[in-house]
Amino acid sequence: MALLERKDGAAAVIEDRFTRVDDEAALPVGPVIVSLSRFQAEREALLARDADLGVWLDSDESPSEIAGDLGKLAVVACNFPAFNDGRGFSYARLLRERHGYEGEVRAIGEVMLEQAPFMARSGFSTFELGDVSDVAEFKAVIEEVRTVYQPTGDGRETALQRRLGR
Amino acid sequence: MYRYDEFDHALVQDRVTQFRRQVERRMKGEISEEQFRPLRLMNGLYLQLHAYMLRVAIPYGTLDSRQMRKLAYIARRYDKGYGHFTTRQNIQYNWPKLEETPDILAELAEVEMHAIQTSGNCIRNVTSDQYAGAAKNEIEDPRIWCEIARQWSTLHPEFSFLPRKFKIAITGCENDRAAVKVHDIGMIMKRGAAGEVGFEVLVGGGLGRTPFVGKTIREFLPKEHFLSYMEAILRVYNQLGRRDNKYKARIKVTLHETGKEEFTRLVEEEWEAIKDSTLKLPKEEVDRIAAHFHPPAWKALPNDAPTCDSRAASDPEFAAWLRHNVEEHKTAGYAIVNISVKPPGEPPGDVTDVPMEAMAEMADAYSFSELRVTHVQNVTLPHVEKEQLPALFDDLAKHGLATANVGLVSDIICCPGLDYCALANARSIPVAQELTKRYTLERQQEIGDMQIKISGCINACGHHHVGNIGILGVDRKGEEHYQVQLGGSASEDASLGKIIGRGFTQDEVIEVVDKLLDTYLELREGEEAFIDTYRRVGMNPFKERVYGTA
Repeated sequence: MALLERKDGAAAVIEDRFTRVDDEAALPVGPVIVSLSRFQAEREALLARDADLGVWLDSDESPSEIAGDLGKLAVVACNFPAFNDGRGFSYARLLRERHGYEGEVRAIGEVMLEQAPFMARSGFSTFELGDVSDVAEFKAVIEEVRTVYQPTGDGRETALQRRLGR
Repeated sequence: MYRYDEFDHALVQDRVTQFRRQVERRMKGEISEEQFRPLRLMNGLYLQLHAYMLRVAIPYGTLDSRQMRKLAYIARRYDKGYGHFTTRQNIQYNWPKLEETPDILAELAEVEMHAIQTSGNCIRNVTSDQYAGAAKNEIEDPRIWCEIARQWSTLHPEFSFLPRKFKIAITGCENDRAAVKVHDIGMIMKRGAAGEVGFEVLVGGGLGRTPFVGKTIREFLPKEHFLSYMEAILRVYNQLGRRDNKYKARIKVTLHETGKEEFTRLVEEEWEAIKDSTLKLPKEEVDRIAAHFHPPAWKALPNDAPTCDSRAASDPEFAAWLRHNVEEHKTAGYAIVNISVKPPGEPPGDVTDVPMEAMAEMADAYSFSELRVTHVQNVTLPHVEKEQLPALFDDLAKHGLATANVGLVSDIICCPGLDYCALANARSIPVAQELTKRYTLERQQEIGDMQIKISGCINACGHHHVGNIGILGVDRKGEEHYQVQLGGSASEDASLGKIIGRGFTQDEVIEVVDKLLDTYLELREGEEAFIDTYRRVGMNPFKERVYGTA
């Protein structure tokens, strides 16, 4: 599955340097992403490893659960068990705007290309997209609608800011 | 009324391009119907029993003559010559071709209209009082805030995949013509202790299979916090709302299961964190939007209208229309005119292209080119000179638009039912048609204020829970049956109706309505309306008459 990255207005297919590890599996060498429950159970050991660490949150797991450790995490992934389970959109905004998290926020699970613009605006920076591998298509879709009304943490200039700046 | 600037224009145009691309991918088979479904729903395109159905938003019910002409043109060019005005200030086209839907959206974009978020689990078209800007005791024109909400909610990145659909209604009056208490969020403008204007905020109203009247979670919200408070409510709901059962996913159930106190606490806590963020509206922007809603150039007129009065004295039909369809305006010499699009025997809310164009003409001639659509599925001309009322009446009559039944027994709210809808259990239109033909105008006037509301299934699109008489179509062993409820109201005294007893066949239900009306006429005291008599005497007298036993 392609991992697409949205960064500073550009888009790219990037290599996934993280291994997502099941709760029962032994930890491989290198950067890993673990579930919230595994992170909570093995927190000390995981943080002591000499590799980047990520946690994935299921759709009923709020980022407030890991708020105190965000500075130590290289990636927080939000799982979408179904495309229409939209809790992850709130989680991404809370991670960025409430908790000031600046690392990678990744959308995983059932993620549709057409949702990527909403996700990017909410604060996601990487996307595991099952239905796309073409960067050009991804970029076209993500920038298709020029006007945005809502101030979010993504830094895009809203219609209001552009009106006031006229 | 609000006019798009370049940013608003760009958004709807880009949205058309986007949808065209999505439809092309579907037509080429690159995406399946399953993948296409959420995409088309975000543009108001449903797949119904016989065809696609496109629902177009008429934001807060306001439109101008140019837009009404476009709606008529679309009906003629892309549909079978008619459209259906809904209870949420939308218009539905029942027969569009999939491949032409992007063209329809492009036509709409030309006149600053769209179908964005008219379906799907997102924030739907924000609705309001059809008398906004013209109503006598209005605190402020609520459409300013509706437009602010429209922009804020359009393609909201966080709230486009909510647990369930989300409906907001805002009124600027104590008299509630927008059914704000049966919306997910209802906002009522009011004055604070120092005379400043703000909102009472209600949450968790709704109909469907679990009806609730909304509860006030904040008595007074200062205007500047309008968006941050809504964002707080939506954020709490998006995280807390149930996603395991679509019938328990609306915010009314979240509120009920969480408890009002705890839910309010969560909202207030979230709001504390964001209330002074960039969502706080600068006065400059509120003023910019408010300027679009400045009153039209009303003339300074005397309030008495001799031409109108003498016509009324000599023409009982005109007098009846004046009494039932015309309302007082806040400005001397003007009136608000309701056009009933419910002549006897016609499906409520359906209007063909020619009357639509005629109404556009009349808006130009009599009402500063402005029209409104109402949640009771009629059309309003908000600013008509009283002395022009006789001329307008004659023009309306030429087009069959002068039916003097607004607020009466034949002014029925009705969903499309099993004639169109994939969810329905029973037909609702034939019941409405029969009832609208049944009573003479004299009889209707004798009965007075009456709201009959008919839904073809428990999803309650016809608002049967809040009808004075509510009729619900059900499926009983494969046969269409109808349950009857009494005592509902969608106004400021909102209440939910109670089921009278076992259901009826279609023929029976018509006779039951007869009996209910007879009972009321026998029991009423003075000028008492049906709902007041019911509230005074209760269910039993009605039940006895219908079943022969209480």
